Amino acid sequence: MMKNITIGQYIPGDTSIHNMDPRIKILLTLLIITILFFITNFIGYVVFSIFLALIVYISKVPFKLLLRGLRPLLVIIIFTVVLNAFMTQGEVIFRFWAIKVTKEGLILAGLMGLRLVFLITGASILTLTTSPIALTDGIEKLLNPFKKIGVPAHELAMMMTIALRFIPTLLEETDKIMKAQMARGADFETGNLINRAKAMVPLLVPLFISAFRRAEELALAMEARCYRGGENRTRMKQLKITRLDYVGIAVAIAFCAAIVGSRYV
Amino acid sequence: MSNMIFTSNLTFEYHGHHEHNVKAIDDLNIEIKKGSFVAVLGHNGSGKSTFAKHLNALLLPSDGSVYVDSMDTRDEKNLWNIRQTAGMVFQNPDNQLVATIVEEDVAFGPENLGVRSDLIRERVDEALMTVEMLEYAKHAPHLLSGGQKQRIAIAGIIAMKPKCIIFDEPTAMLDPIGRREVMDTIKKLNKEEGITIILITHYMDEAVQADYVYVMEEGKLVMQGMPKEVFREVEELKKLGLDVPQVTELTSKLIAEGIRMPSDILTVEEMVVELCRLK
Amino acid sequence: MPIKVEKLSHIYMKGTAFQKVALDDVGFEINDGELIGLIGHTGSGKSTLIQHLNGLLKPSEGKIYIDSIDISSKEVPMRLIRQKVGLVFQYPEHQLFEETVYKDVAFGPRNLGLDEEQIKVRVTQSLKMVGLNYNEIKDISPFELSGGQKRRVAIAGVLAMQPKILILDEPTAGLDPKGRDEILGEIKRLHVEQGLTVIIVSHSMEDIANIAERLLVMSKGKIVFFDTPKSVFREVDVLEKIGLGVPQVTYLIRKLQGLGFEIEDCVSIDEAKKELLRVLRGRTS
Repeated sequence: MMKNITIGQYIPGDTSIHNMDPRIKILLTLLIITILFFITNFIGYVVFSIFLALIVYISKVPFKLLLRGLRPLLVIIIFTVVLNAFMTQGEVIFRFWAIKVTKEGLILAGLMGLRLVFLITGASILTLTTSPIALTDGIEKLLNPFKKIGVPAHELAMMMTIALRFIPTLLEETDKIMKAQMARGADFETGNLINRAKAMVPLLVPLFISAFRRAEELALAMEARCYRGGENRTRMKQLKITRLDYVGIAVAIAFCAAIVGSRYV
Repeated sequence: MSNMIFTSNLTFEYHGHHEHNVKAIDDLNIEIKKGSFVAVLGHNGSGKSTFAKHLNALLLPSDGSVYVDSMDTRDEKNLWNIRQTAGMVFQNPDNQLVATIVEEDVAFGPENLGVRSDLIRERVDEALMTVEMLEYAKHAPHLLSGGQKQRIAIAGIIAMKPKCIIFDEPTAMLDPIGRREVMDTIKKLNKEEGITIILITHYMDEAVQADYVYVMEEGKLVMQGMPKEVFREVEELKKLGLDVPQVTELTSKLIAEGIRMPSDILTVEEMVVELCRLK
Repeated sequence: MPIKVEKLSHIYMKGTAFQKVALDDVGFEINDGELIGLIGHTGSGKSTLIQHLNGLLKPSEGKIYIDSIDISSKEVPMRLIRQKVGLVFQYPEHQLFEETVYKDVAFGPRNLGLDEEQIKVRVTQSLKMVGLNYNEIKDISPFELSGGQKRRVAIAGVLAMQPKILILDEPTAGLDPKGRDEILGEIKRLHVEQGLTVIIVSHSMEDIANIAERLLVMSKGKIVFFDTPKSVFREVDVLEKIGLGVPQVTYLIRKLQGLGFEIEDCVSIDEAKKELLRVLRGRTS
């Protein structure tokens, strides 16, 4: 059922990873993902995997879920691996017509694949352990300093919140309209690409109309509830940086130092 | 002044499809007392929803004026005060919830008003308690039933501490259980919290529960009075495309057949008493 | 005999943590040309049931026969089923998408592969069936129509498939009393004039008590009653327990019976009037 697809699925929990301030979590995730590109040798990867495994363990995120998160990106991962394997010059292991596979190519492909898997896993842990609201709040607060140069921090956050709120509603609606058109003989499943694209019209037009109607009604309801943008607005939940966050920062910095250090091993 | 709402010669025109103006509201004079529970009855397109939108300045009159708690809605400096004083609950529960967590949604109004965060917390819990949804504070709204969503929407308004709430067909999209939940909440707000209620509806069984009923047709006020006075006019209401309670209609049919009984019967209990007297 | 359902069960998301039994061992038969009211509150399984009847959902267990064809079997082409069983969803006006009323109503017949001449005949007929004037309305954009008219166009879109069985999910939702009476009147007329088998899904007893020949009452995925309105309404206590009520006159008559009035069961105001007049006049004269 479409109802159960959620973008950036969140697994509620009460672990140290869950309880960190979203701002810190976002920044540290960015830092760790960046440091990934500093890894040059095997030892670096070992350190990184141990670190990642530790975080997964602490956050109690089911390992299966992380694997499932990789599935949609499998094509990209395979593509990267294959591309690297075939395109790298070096000591040839075997030849197949014009294609040759080199030892360097295989190693590079493996490492690139691993890098992508780590990157996706790192980002997944962030969304799996941070509620969408906390995530939005974090992004809004982090973007706040850039307001002066015209970054609409509050508006972006509000848009994200509303999008998250309406994704399940619109998915449910898609399901309903699809069924209704199928009851009138519409066929969404067979035919070539062009025919299938054409078949989407009876689904997309009503969906857009409904989305616009919802948007209009929501705007009216927000206005009636005194919404007038981010100015003078307070928040019920305030973000607070606690001792836990400082520990997190310290661990992350130590880890980064270890990665950088591993380059010289 | 003891009026919550006061309109004088309220008229609202808009541009129709074919270049001529349409009068959605035509010279409406209404006085609603503080603390009362008023129903505005009319079929779709009678102008009742347009009227509702005037009561918290979502629409402004083309002619005449609307006063909410003595504030003129055309005066721009009153705008946010009016919207806080007169809250509004709309028909579609899905399209008025903003946040992905119930308590965050209830907090939305007070946050807009700039209330201090610890006070928002208090107001949110209180409001959720009033609508009996406190245990759902951490839930996602899209997994709740229609009646529950509508109660969350009501909590979101109560948290803004309004003196008056306008309900624009709040039960039109709900099933019978949801409708009952919402009507019970509305009555509770009126009786226990003393909030003035203006209920826009086309369900007669809801209008029957109000203290006073206005009936609208083509933007005009065509009938008004206590429910008993209004609903005894069975023929006239039917002509307007509205329902009357089944027992009221039955009574009027019996009277037409020459049975002598009062015409203002609204409930089964009243009818039973009358029939026992006749027997 | 057009519809026969045997031991039908449907389980959503079977084998996961979200598993939910929506239909639990449901069985019934509906005769040719009946008008059935399907009643139950939200989550009772009524929507799941009607989606099975035209093959949008497949049974987890059990069989469904339409015109003696087992539609749960894989060999049956869905097109055939969808043609026989027309399903009008809740708020059907939300599926309108074409530029003109004509094109929108023609969508179904076109999917059936009919030629232009046949399509035109069907569009004309079905618009007439829902009480709309073909010439006045055919070139108008459906989005410019009033709420009630939009809903009729949407129903015409399903009728254009020329189904033998018409199922409507909450056809009166969101309409005011006048719009509701009009739509129910049209449906009743279709049933009488076209001989269609009709199933109306509703959670309002008042709405369908007067027009349905039999009521199928559901709760928690099971059938609770399947009988004439009069017999079903006798079970006020059970109905209330599953979140349903009975019309106000039924409550009245029941109260009076309890107080010793010798009065027959009634479901409509006119029946109640006749009964009360009989009793009152009998006593007073």
